[in-house]
Formats: sequence, structure tokens, C-alpha cells
Amino acid sequence: MSRFIVRRSLSAIALLFATSVVVFGIFEIIPSYNPARAIAGRNATPTTVEQVSKKFGFDKPFYVQYVNTMKLIFTGQVIDYQDDLNVVDQFKQKFPVTLSLVIPAGILWLIVSIILGSISALRVGKFSDRALMVAAILGVSIPVFLLAALLLYLFAFKLPWFPNTGYVKFGDNPWQWVYHLILPWISIAVLSIGFYSRVLRSNLLDMVNQDFVRTAKAKGLPQQAVFRHHVLRNSLMPIITMFGLDFATLLGGAALVTETIYNLPGIGQYEAQAIGNLDVPPILVGSMFTAFFVVLFGAFSDVLYALLDPRIRLTG
Amino acid sequence: MAIDHTHQGGAAALSEGAGVVAGELGGDAWSEGHHAPAIGPWKLAFRRLRRNKVALAFLGVFVLIVVACLLAPVYSKHIAHIGPNANNVTGTIKVGGKEKDVVSPDGVPIGPTFTSHYFFGADTNGRDLAVRLLYGGRTSLEIGGLATLIIIVFGTIIGLLCGYFRGFIDAILRPLMELIWSFPPVILGVAVGTALALGGIGPIKGNSLFIPALIIGVIYIPYLGKPIRGEVLRVREQDFVDAARVQGMSPLRIMFSEVLPNVASTIIVFVPMMLAYAILLEAYLSFLGAGVQPPNASWGSLISDGIQYIQTVPSYALIPGAMLVLTVLSINVVGDGIRDALDPRAQVRIKT
Repeated sequence: MSRFIVRRSLSAIALLFATSVVVFGIFEIIPSYNPARAIAGRNATPTTVEQVSKKFGFDKPFYVQYVNTMKLIFTGQVIDYQDDLNVVDQFKQKFPVTLSLVIPAGILWLIVSIILGSISALRVGKFSDRALMVAAILGVSIPVFLLAALLLYLFAFKLPWFPNTGYVKFGDNPWQWVYHLILPWISIAVLSIGFYSRVLRSNLLDMVNQDFVRTAKAKGLPQQAVFRHHVLRNSLMPIITMFGLDFATLLGGAALVTETIYNLPGIGQYEAQAIGNLDVPPILVGSMFTAFFVVLFGAFSDVLYALLDPRIRLTG
Repeated sequence: MAIDHTHQGGAAALSEGAGVVAGELGGDAWSEGHHAPAIGPWKLAFRRLRRNKVALAFLGVFVLIVVACLLAPVYSKHIAHIGPNANNVTGTIKVGGKEKDVVSPDGVPIGPTFTSHYFFGADTNGRDLAVRLLYGGRTSLEIGGLATLIIIVFGTIIGLLCGYFRGFIDAILRPLMELIWSFPPVILGVAVGTALALGGIGPIKGNSLFIPALIIGVIYIPYLGKPIRGEVLRVREQDFVDAARVQGMSPLRIMFSEVLPNVASTIIVFVPMMLAYAILLEAYLSFLGAGVQPPNASWGSLISDGIQYIQTVPSYALIPGAMLVLTVLSINVVGDGIRDALDPRAQVRIKT
């Protein structure tokens, strides 16, 4: 276990380092890109731009700039170029919004796909199976931003069942919080539900023909018990690994477009604005933030995997 | 975005299942007392695919969309009489005998007219949406196709090299693939896309279609490279590879003439899947302004333009959206059909 933790931590550090270098490097190769001009403002004179450039150290070589920026990030002092706001503070302030978007969406997609995948596998070949699989393949063919726009059009404008856009804090009014987030949750979950229920169905069908399932049936266990304890439990393993990684990437993928469309002030919206303004520090922090969660959840799902399957040892 | 890793090992399944299916196909040969006709696994798979009516229907839909998009210049010239980038903000058109503004004074574009001019309405600049839809589709398909080509060629080569040589090459390429793989595709694509759209890369200009195609291709290379590597690791341990080595074949020849045919079914299964992924990622990038650069359009950028009018002119965003979904859906259904045809277990399963 300790070897596992050490190895994982080392690979996490290596990955974060590589991520930051890649993101920083990308913006370095743009010939026309000059962050000093963005900071100095639209009407700045060349002398002001030069002063800003000097103050922020944009005239220094690449590696010096990189080290300085990293220092600022890890001491929590980095500011964005557009509005001079502290990026780390912005992340702290906006992270709860993103969490209230992705955590319930993740729970929703996991539960619904387990239910749908199981129904589909238990009724394989029947009408309900076919209908569910058609729905699933449709679900994986719709990009999140289009579904978000469609839901907004149908259930906020055409039928005013849900609020237009916006966010209400859970602490202010839990009911309004749910009410404002239902459409975003569904928008994020549908794609993954389609994907996971298909994978789970195929895993379940593979599992049904295994020897240990036949043994369990031969022992005279009731059908339900065989399914729940033997078939489903074993089929969930690959799902759990996938879930960890997908959930982590959600922070930097689906959240970006969903928060933009539904006007939720989370880190996704912040990132999208930063990308639009070519504002390097928030993009840098955001990418490292996501990469960190990818590593964390990867390790987390490995531990969970080992807990569910005693044959697996965490040797790293 | 996750990816389905569950259907690897198609080649192995193919040889196991071939016997089962040969029985149901070779009826005539049995009755004449001869041996069962020798049908290759590829031919069998093709026959199974041909019997899958749903997959064939969606293949038809996909071909139709591709042809329609390729004919965009014809539609633009002979039916709509307007180019894809021709502005017409102040113009008026006759709809049902009444003169209407193409773009109303407060900036709202006209909705679908269902006549030859502005069949699906106009965009904010008074450009014909139907024409832009076809041209945009061409862009989306071109980028998707090009990206898929990059993924298949480089994913296969990298997978073969890593799996066959292991050691040094593997130690370099595998962490590189891991690095790309652990980035969320949308963030990586958007960051690189915005950067390159401004500056271009080498001789390629910033607004070239090669840039999004290249970015999408590189992002998804590990999605194919990793499973191919795993398959090659398994195949290279088999006796026929040893036999080839003993005969003195060069590693390059072994890789391409002995190992590659044995991972070919995995590659084929990945082609439609990667095409669907590439078209979707292109839409994401263009939606976030990091893909196709104006005045060019793609389905993603059209949806992005239309979303601000979702209340007043919902067709503006929803028509390109419907085209995008239909295209990706048909690719996915055909891909499923191909997978089932190559993996007979899927067929057997349904009968149990």
C-alpha cells in the first residue's frame, strides 16, 4: 500500500509538471501573442506596454517566466491578465458552484446507467432492451452543449417549467438550488448515461456465461441474489475505473460548456472566458487543477477496485 | 469523454466464432457431401454486416449526408444563388407575397422560409443558413475525416512500435501517450486551438482546416495507440511470430505482414468510433471558438452562433444541431454493426 501511494504521488507530480510545461509552452509559441498589451489595456502607449512587460517579466526567457509563474501559483499570488484578480481566490470562490453541478450529475448518471444497463441486460433482445439501446446510442451522439441548448429551449422557454439560467446558492435556498440545476444536471448526465449503460449491458452479458454464475445458480440461489451479488458486482468493476476518470475530466470538459450556456458562475465559465481572452494564468491553473483530479480519481478508483476485488493487490 | 475499451480482441473472437457461423451459412455444401466451403473471416463478417438492415439503413443516411455536403457548391450556385460567405444584412426577400427583412432592424435574422432563397433562414449577417449548413457540414466532415486518418495511421504505427519493440521506444512513447490521455480532450483542444488559430503553425495559416484536424488527431492518437499496443504485446508472443523471426524476417516486415493483420479488426472497429469522436470534438472546439475560424463555418460554429437566438429563432441553432446529431448517430450505428459483424459473440449472445 505504501509503495502504491509513493508511486502514485510521483507519477502525479510528473504529470502535473508536464501539464504545466505543455500549457505554458503552447502560449509561448504564438508569435503575435503579447500578454503585456492585454494587461496594459486597449489604449496603452508602447512605453506603458514595455513597462508592464518589464514589471511582469515577459521580457525574460521562457524558463524564467515559467519558474516565476509556478512560484506565484504555489504561493497563491498569481493574478489573471484580464481583470487583475487573484486566480487562486477565484478558483476557491467558484469551485463550490462547479461541485454542485458535477457531483449530483455524477451520482445521477451512475445510478441511472446501472438501472438502465441492468434492465437492458435482463431483458436482452426484447423490446425494452432494444428501445433502451436506441436511446443510449442517441444519447452518445448528442454533444453536451447542444443538449443543454435544446433543454433550455424546450423546458425554459417553450414550457416555462424551469428557470431561464443562473445560479442560487444551496445555503440561500436549497429548493431554488435544485430548481436551477436540474437542467444542467440532465445535460451533463445524458451523454454518460448512454455510454455507461451500453458498457454495463455488454459487461453483464459477458458475465452471465461465467462458471461462477453457473455455480451460483446450481447452488440454488434465487435469481435476484445471483444477479445482484455475482453478476452485477463483477460487472461494475470496469465501470468504476471509468467513472473515476470521467468524473475528473468533467471538471474541465462538460462543465466548461454547461456552465457557459446556463450562466453558472463556476470554474468552467471562468475557464471559458479565460480561453476567449487568451488569459494564460487561469488556463494554466485550470489545466493543472483538472490533471490533479485525474490523477487523484485514478488512484481512488484503483483503491476502490482493490476493495471490491480481493484478488487485486495494490502493488502499484 | 470516455471511450469504450471493451471490444478489444476482436481477432481472437473471430477465429473462435467462425465455426459457429460457418454452420449456418454453408447449407448447400453440406448436403452435397463436400467439405464446408472455406469462407474467410473477413467475408463472413461482411456477410453478417450485410444482413444487419438497421446498420445498412444508417449507412445510407450517412452517405446521403456526405453527398449532400459535397454538393454544397451546386446548391449554392444553382438553387440558392448566394455564396456561403455573402453578407446581405440590409436585403429583403419575398415570402408568400410579402416583403420581409432578411435581418430585422433589431438584428434578429429571418427564420426558415422553405423557398429556394433562405430555405433554413439567415444568420446575423444575412447569410443563407442552408448554404452555410452544407458548406459547414463539408468542413465538419473534412476535419473529422482528416483527424481520423491521422489517428488511425499514427495510432497504429505507435501501437505497433511500442508493442513490438517494447524497451526504449515504449519507454518514450508510452508516457507521451499517457500525458495526452490524461488531459481532458476539450481543455487541451481549446487551449492549443486558440493558440494556433492566432499564430498558425509553420507554413500552415491560423485559419486553415488542417489545424483543428491536426489537434483532434493528436488528442485521440492514444485512444487507439494504447489498445493496439496491448494487442501487439499479446500477438507478438505467438508461435507464428517466432517462426517468422527464425526465418530471418526483418522486424519491420514482421510488424506489417504478421502482426498488423492480426490487429486489423480492432483498427476497423475504431475507425467509425474515432470518426464520431472527431466530429464531436470539432463541434466542441468550434463552439468554444477554438476550431474553425470565421468566415468559415462548421456545424459546431453554426450552433454556437445560433444559441444566442434560441428564444427568437430556435431553428438557427437546432437545424445544424440536428444535422450533427444525425451524422454522428449514423456513424455510431454503422460502427456498432461493424463491431457485431466482427465479433460473432455479440450475435450468439442475443440468442441465449
